[in-house]
Amino acid sequence: MSGSIPLSAIVQNERFDVAELQQRLLGDTHEEGAIATFTGYVRKSNDSRIVNTLELEHYPGMTEKSILEILTEAADRWPLLGASVVHRVGLLQPGDPIVWVGTASSHREAAFSACEFVMDYLKTRAPFWKRELGPEGARWVDARSSDESRARRW
Amino acid sequence: MLNVVFFARVKEQLGCAKMSLDWDDSLSTLAGLKSYLGSVNGETWVDVLSEDNLVCAVNQTVADQHQEIRDGDEVAFFPPVTGG
Repeated sequence: MSGSIPLSAIVQNERFDVAELQQRLLGDTHEEGAIATFTGYVRKSNDSRIVNTLELEHYPGMTEKSILEILTEAADRWPLLGASVVHRVGLLQPGDPIVWVGTASSHREAAFSACEFVMDYLKTRAPFWKRELGPEGARWVDARSSDESRARRW
Repeated sequence: MLNVVFFARVKEQLGCAKMSLDWDDSLSTLAGLKSYLGSVNGETWVDVLSEDNLVCAVNQTVADQHQEIRDGDEVAFFPPVTGG
C-alpha cells in the first residue's frame, strides 16, 4: 500500500509555511477526505532555563531515510493517502516552527492516529540532536524517557 | 576502508567528527571496532564508547554490538536522539 502513495521527508534550514505544506499534501492526495497536521515550535525555555537559540544537528542521509521508514510504517498501519514530514536543522529562534507532520486519509481516525504515531516515532528514532544556547551557556538536550514510553504504545 | 562518523555530544566529547580506518579483520564487529578505537585513542574514547545509551548505526541503520561490519561500511556513533 505504501509503495503507491506520496510520502515525503524533507530536512531544511529554511523556515516553512504550514499553509503551503498542507496545500501541497492536499494536491498530492487528490483533495479528498481528511488531513491531520502537527507543527512543533521552538520553546522559549526548557526545564526553567531560558533558550535564546536552538541548534539542531542531524545525520544527513540517515535522517531522511529514517523518516521515510517511519512514514512507510504509518502507511502500513493505517489506510493513508499520503504523508509528509518537514524538519528544520541549524540555528533556530524561540517561536520558530521546527517540525511539521501531515497525514492524509479518507477518514479522520487514520489521519489523527498516523500523525501522532509519526511524531512519537520521529522523536525517538530520527537522528536529530538539539543543543540549547542561553544565558547560562550551551547544553545538549537530554532524551526524555517519556518520549520513549509514548513511542512504545504503538 | 571503514568510515566512522560521530554526532552531537559524542562528537564533542571525542573532538572528532569523522575518520577513515584501513580495513582489518579485527574491525568486523561493532564491539571489535569500539575496542580498537579505545585502545588507539585513550581513556576518553573508552569511556564515551562504553556508555550505556550510546547508539550505533551501520550504513545508516541502528545496530547492536554483534552487528557484522564489512570493508566499505559507514559506522556512526551518537547519543539518544532529541529531534521533533
